[in-house]
Amino acid sequence: MKIVVGQGSCGVAAGAGKTYEAIRGLMQAQDSFELGSTGCNGMCFLEPIIDIYEGHKLLKRLVNVSADKAALVVDAVRSNDLEKAAELFIKPEDEAFLTQQTRIALRNCGIIDPEDISSYRERDGYKALEKVLTTMTPEEVIEEIKVSGLAGRGGAGFPTWFKWNAARSSPGEEKYLICNADEGDPGAFMDRAVIESDPHNLIEGMMIAAYAIGASEAIVYVRAEYPLAIIHLTKAIEQAREAGFIGKNILGTGFSCEFRYMAGAGAFVCGEETALIESLEGKRGMPRLKPPFPAAAGYKMKPSNINNVETFANVAWIILNGGEKFAAMGTEGSKGTKVFALTGKIRRGGLVEIPMGQTLRHVIFDIGGGIRGDKKMKAVQLGGPSGGCVPENLLDTVIDYKALGATGAIMGSGGMVVMDEDTCMVGMAKFFLDFTSKESCGKCVHCRIGTRRMLEVLTRIVEGNGKEGDIELLEELCYSIKDGALCGLGQTAPNPVLTTIRYFHDEYEAHIREKHCPAAECRDLLMYYIDPDLCKGCTACARKCPADAIEGQVKSVHKIDPAKCIKCGTCLSNCKFGAISVR
Amino acid sequence: MQALDKVLEECGHDAGNLITILQNAQDIYGYLPSEIIYYVASQTGISPARVMGVATFYSQFRLEPVGKYLIMLCKGTACHVNGADTLEDVICSELGITNGQTTKDGLFSLKTVACLGCCSLSPVMMINEEVYGLLTSDKVLGILNDLRRQAAEEGGQA
Repeated sequence: MKIVVGQGSCGVAAGAGKTYEAIRGLMQAQDSFELGSTGCNGMCFLEPIIDIYEGHKLLKRLVNVSADKAALVVDAVRSNDLEKAAELFIKPEDEAFLTQQTRIALRNCGIIDPEDISSYRERDGYKALEKVLTTMTPEEVIEEIKVSGLAGRGGAGFPTWFKWNAARSSPGEEKYLICNADEGDPGAFMDRAVIESDPHNLIEGMMIAAYAIGASEAIVYVRAEYPLAIIHLTKAIEQAREAGFIGKNILGTGFSCEFRYMAGAGAFVCGEETALIESLEGKRGMPRLKPPFPAAAGYKMKPSNINNVETFANVAWIILNGGEKFAAMGTEGSKGTKVFALTGKIRRGGLVEIPMGQTLRHVIFDIGGGIRGDKKMKAVQLGGPSGGCVPENLLDTVIDYKALGATGAIMGSGGMVVMDEDTCMVGMAKFFLDFTSKESCGKCVHCRIGTRRMLEVLTRIVEGNGKEGDIELLEELCYSIKDGALCGLGQTAPNPVLTTIRYFHDEYEAHIREKHCPAAECRDLLMYYIDPDLCKGCTACARKCPADAIEGQVKSVHKIDPAKCIKCGTCLSNCKFGAISVR
Repeated sequence: MQALDKVLEECGHDAGNLITILQNAQDIYGYLPSEIIYYVASQTGISPARVMGVATFYSQFRLEPVGKYLIMLCKGTACHVNGADTLEDVICSELGITNGQTTKDGLFSLKTVACLGCCSLSPVMMINEEVYGLLTSDKVLGILNDLRRQAAEEGGQA
């Protein structure tokens, strides 16, 4: 038997490293079972996770295995009686999280050992590259990708074959194949999982693309905030080089392509392809005017093709299984599968890969288990700061580039943050503008100044200083910024504001006209209130109030003075009669 | 300058590798003092202003030293929705500093960051490459106290 501990970043943050060490410490020389590691299987809500294997067969999945359970696990495996660890077995309803998925990009995540190339090769690893280099022309590769309907998974959804073809057709011998692993969307970690858990899949996909466009160097631009991903990628590159899958005269076919990575240094705007190229060139990550497009003049002004990690993660599968099989899944305009990072107020959060065409409701309720704590669902945010909030009544919208676009949101890179009745939507708009205004590179007036002005208006509103006409002012700003901004960051920064105004107009009005936050989240608008029918006049609240804001005689109803109240909540936590509430 | 010279050598003294050079310089010195900015400029053939332009553009680079423990508190969407703002208040009032500052004893620095990508464990913070998830106010205070104790022990041994 083999004990395999999931040690992706989330697993380690949940304590998997300690669990692994604890198990290792308990193993003895005469033990016949082995201990190994794997990456992230995306069931983040159950970490640390341990899989018990017999050969390649998964016998049992154990979850929430903290270090103090290590002895139990070792005993169960050593005595060949896994039932001893039954309390750790995964529950069927949680297992459904995975079984309802269709994994292509994530097919090896949480199964193979990301630090061992042979583990990847056992599951058909590098067979696609071999097939491509020995039996297919670059044009045939591009045709296969065209048949598959694969579209950019970074969020733009542009047909991948078209970009490859454009780079291939550009004149010149020096071409570059670049992977955008900058995954800056807050709430998204799909790419992190692929690089940490299946780095060879990324390398193979990139090498196939490099062959297709005729590139001599393949580069991964990976964000600095992913240290474990960088470690695994570095190791994988070394192993791939040793095995002869990158470098000169690969597999003796005459195709040569070098491979390296560069770490970003913390700039969301570098997720924009031309800003990324500037950063690769050692400069400030400020976007360029397009045209020329990178396919014509990109890195070092040479033809370059840039794709997202997830896009590349589908390539090897498509080559081995055929583009038609990929296109058989999904909708008319959105083929194949998509990986989502389901987080927020969700019961079961993690990575979900499903065929396009399923509804948001299916993902959030059937797979994600609905809202934590039985609260009411309010909205789901798709596409990060470039995206929008889809309200509860539109949850039957199908996951498809066009259908989601029609709601005002976007597919985005895959971030799916679920919000409940306690989330203030005006606060969410302000949160995103805070982010985009800080991350604006500053090059163009509309984004640099426009995002700041929008943030100022939103800040006034959540602080209780909203004015009549503010909503119209925000809309005017939004449309002019969309028109005038140089790159995608500025052009999409208004999206969260526009969608929240469209679907939650009443929340904006409540903030502006009544100085009231319906979700009771905006601190400056909170009103602490003593219910006169429940107040017993025990004076506990008045005595504890640090601002001396509560008046009342013993045994008679007390009252909070809103002018003095600092909204710290001390009174509420001290009232034994439930007479104090916040609204 | 030996370690930095080795880095410059490996990077071919090429301004195209400026970001990688500065990242390595920061690993060596803990931050980017102005002497280093000038040195890198001279060694790569570009102006100090251009090096400074890059150093100030990216959030990873710091021009001032940080404390022994750099607390990176995640303010990503999932963490925000799950209460990261309250945790910031807790850390600030406990340590007596605000975002971007270092405690007087040089032990802790606080920096809010955009997203660490551990969203399922939100709210999250990273302290010197170690990730702490599913945080609550109590957990955060516990972690800070543990680190204080650890530093005192190390200080005692030194």
